[in-house]
Amino acid sequence: MRTFWPTPLRKTEKACKGKGISLFAKGRLFIVAAAVLSGLTAGSGHAADLELLNVSYDPTRELYQEFNRVFCEHWKSETGQEVTVRQSHGGAGKQARAVIDGLEADVVTLALAYDVDAISEKAGLIPEDWQSRLPNNSCPYTSTIVFLVRKGNPKDIRDWPDLAKPGVAVITPNPKTSGGARWNYLAAWGYALKQWDGDASKARDLVARIYKNVPVLDTGARGSTTTFLRGIGDVFISWENEALLAVNKLGKDQFEIVVPSISIRAEPPVTVIDKNADKHGARNVAQAYLEFLYTEEGQAICAKHYYRPALASVAAKYASQFPNVELFSIEELFEGWDVAQKTHFAEGGTFDQIYQPTR
Amino acid sequence: MAVASRHRSIIPGFGLTLGFTIMYLSLIVLIPLSTLYFKAATLSWSEFWHTVASARALAAYRLSFGASALAASINTIFGLLAAWVLVRYRFPGKALVDAVVDLPFALPTAVAGISLTALYAPTGLLGRRFEAGGIKIAYAYPGVVVALTFIGLPFVVRTLQPVLRDLNPEIEEAAASLGATRRQTFLKVLFPLIFPAALTGFTLAFARALGEYGSVVFISGNMPMRTEIVPLLIMTKLEEYDYAGATALAVSMLAISFTLLLCINLLQWWTRRQQHSGLWPSQ
Repeated sequence: MRTFWPTPLRKTEKACKGKGISLFAKGRLFIVAAAVLSGLTAGSGHAADLELLNVSYDPTRELYQEFNRVFCEHWKSETGQEVTVRQSHGGAGKQARAVIDGLEADVVTLALAYDVDAISEKAGLIPEDWQSRLPNNSCPYTSTIVFLVRKGNPKDIRDWPDLAKPGVAVITPNPKTSGGARWNYLAAWGYALKQWDGDASKARDLVARIYKNVPVLDTGARGSTTTFLRGIGDVFISWENEALLAVNKLGKDQFEIVVPSISIRAEPPVTVIDKNADKHGARNVAQAYLEFLYTEEGQAICAKHYYRPALASVAAKYASQFPNVELFSIEELFEGWDVAQKTHFAEGGTFDQIYQPTR
Repeated sequence: MAVASRHRSIIPGFGLTLGFTIMYLSLIVLIPLSTLYFKAATLSWSEFWHTVASARALAAYRLSFGASALAASINTIFGLLAAWVLVRYRFPGKALVDAVVDLPFALPTAVAGISLTALYAPTGLLGRRFEAGGIKIAYAYPGVVVALTFIGLPFVVRTLQPVLRDLNPEIEEAAASLGATRRQTFLKVLFPLIFPAALTGFTLAFARALGEYGSVVFISGNMPMRTEIVPLLIMTKLEEYDYAGATALAVSMLAISFTLLLCINLLQWWTRRQQHSGLWPSQ
């Protein structure tokens, strides 16, 4: 009698485990490893040597690379202490969840306040009023939502209603899995509210027609960028900083930025994670790190990486980079994230309704 | 006492190894899965039912189970062919081909998803041609099947290879000398011998495909109601901090998978019994 559980299976299992790691957990695992490592070194190193873990979202990679370098030099010249900043990037929701689940971030710099609220609410690591602790609603830089179109704008995209025209393929990530994409959705909705005197049914209709034009709903912003670069779609709804980066890095001969008449002020907030920073004895440096974002030097770095600076003097200097758009805030039209999330993105919200089969 | 000793195995260490096996299984499989159950249990029945039986979830089950079964079937047929070629024939570069079979194991699935999408997207090398013929592969149902076929292939080939290697050529010779045609030899003699292993390969490929996330999210387009797999729906729930909802979906998927796997195992047990009872040739 033979067993039909063939021997190579052992090999199979091992391979599977290896793959499991590389799947999606890899980033997270690395983060955890980095966190563990940072914990170890913080414990064993000199008391003067400091480490910060900044948990951020995807497109801030380049910004914080430069900012961290400058901040470390600044801190050294101020206090004589060596400080190392570790970075972790990923989808904002995933990153917030990692912090809730125990990733010991000293500061978070995420895409939307909703995810930071979750850290306060679910894990109690920061006080409820975290957003009032730093100037400008704890947003040292802002951005907005614009359109990236193919060179020459062949479909003649000018404003939000053009995205709803038949025959226009729109690329945007799934707002349920991508925090950043929720700004896109709300920008379109808010445009309609402003345009048609707060008529919610017209807003719903416009947004539904735009999303009917979406052939691919990627799970994250970077996935959507890849899809658009691959040649799929006529218009890519994007954060302004991503669009500017794409145009300036990938060539002005391929893409153009179209700025809608009205858009949303995207406010990615930052905050110190009190309990973690205190535990690591890094409260002062964490606080200084975020405050440095608001200084002229920090603001210039933000602007250089295409984020709209909060400081008026720096904003004036980089004004040519950022087109004039009528901006509304999420508080103004949606009563903040809590309500917006419940109305639009929760189970059965307006986004789900777009895809409900009509029968 | 005498009865007990008669049943004692000649191989020592049964108690110890069984104890270890159960502990190991508990630590690695059962305890993590039971936390799933406890998390889902925080929902009331109606909430649970509302989550797992919503129109969107049902569409996702249909896609996940349908596409996985289809992909595993394709793999069973072509994997059998590949295993047959690798076992039965000698040709230059055989070792290389054999190694290539393992690539889907080694490749991070996100990479697989991105390369498959690049190839099959409407602008891609192959996708362009299909698109011209009016067939959409990436961002549609076929794309999901393509990705799941890719990741499942090695399971079938590696399961079948040792079985094919053990097949005694004398059986085929005997069949031929008794006047069986080639077709009859394959269908009546070889196939029943291969079938249980093929079923195992199918099961492994199927189970692997059910849980796949990394490659599919790139190629499927993730359109609600149409190309949204269950694992994506679970991720979506997590993104909303709806842990209970996510685990509810996971539990229901686990239950369906377990039932299906149990059925396949029973089928396998039954065919083996048939073989041993002499209806089918045994070895």
